[in-house]
Amino acid sequence: MTILLVMIGGAVGAPLRYLTDRFVQNRQHSKFPWGTFTANMAGSFILGFLIQGAVLGHVSGNVSSLLGTGLCGALTTYSTFGYETVRLFQDKFHAYAVLNVVGSIAAGLGAAFCGITIADAIWM
Amino acid sequence: MAESTRMPMDSDVDLDIPEHRRELSRQPAALIVAVAIGGALGALARYGLEEAWTSPPGQFPWAVFVINVSGCFLMGILMVFITEIRQVKPLVRPFLGVGVLGGYTTFSTYSGDVHQLVADGHARTALVYLAATALTALAAVYAGIVVTRLAGRQARS
Repeated sequence: MTILLVMIGGAVGAPLRYLTDRFVQNRQHSKFPWGTFTANMAGSFILGFLIQGAVLGHVSGNVSSLLGTGLCGALTTYSTFGYETVRLFQDKFHAYAVLNVVGSIAAGLGAAFCGITIADAIWM
Repeated sequence: MAESTRMPMDSDVDLDIPEHRRELSRQPAALIVAVAIGGALGALARYGLEEAWTSPPGQFPWAVFVINVSGCFLMGILMVFITEIRQVKPLVRPFLGVGVLGGYTTFSTYSGDVHQLVADGHARTALVYLAATALTALAAVYAGIVVTRLAGRQARS
């Protein structure tokens, strides 16, 4: 059952990342990879919310598997993040490359924290 | 001919590359299904590894570290292979890169785990995990690119 939920979440999360990336990149023309950044931040935020919801007993194990492990896991990506950073370095956009790493990590932590705080605000 | 093609800036989709730009409108259903199936398989592989290799709370999350680093290495291999070594079918990148590797690796669990380690009073482990993942993952992408280019050159000579 858990395996099926993880797979369904993954089957939704990956196309959602692809479409998010297209949507964002269609609307911005800087070299900064805002598309992947957006997907990673959205997933980190939702996962923070779900983790805290589970801690507080308001998010079930099945929902965590479907939306957390499956959807958020596939909506976010480390491989594309890493690849884009290396490509920026290779093409000599060093500042963007460093900014992508530092910015994604800092904002990812911030997004997770926001999700946790909102779960606290709702359920605590 | 393949040697001169430019590696995409974004492995998921680079809208400056005409084939990437067109791929969604050309075959929307097949594309989304390929990404979805890949995503399901990648997420399953990640879940399997996480279940088989659980880290006690407060410890370095080895499974997710290995998942993200290996996924980055494979992404480097894949992108060189499909742009510089072999012409592949249009759905190969969406299936393997966007779907399987994107579904396999995760940024959200990384953020969540770092935060959890800090919240539980393991700031040092959190910091080591945070930096080690980023540095090793980037090195892995680069290694995948270099190794595949070398192998391609070897095969041609």
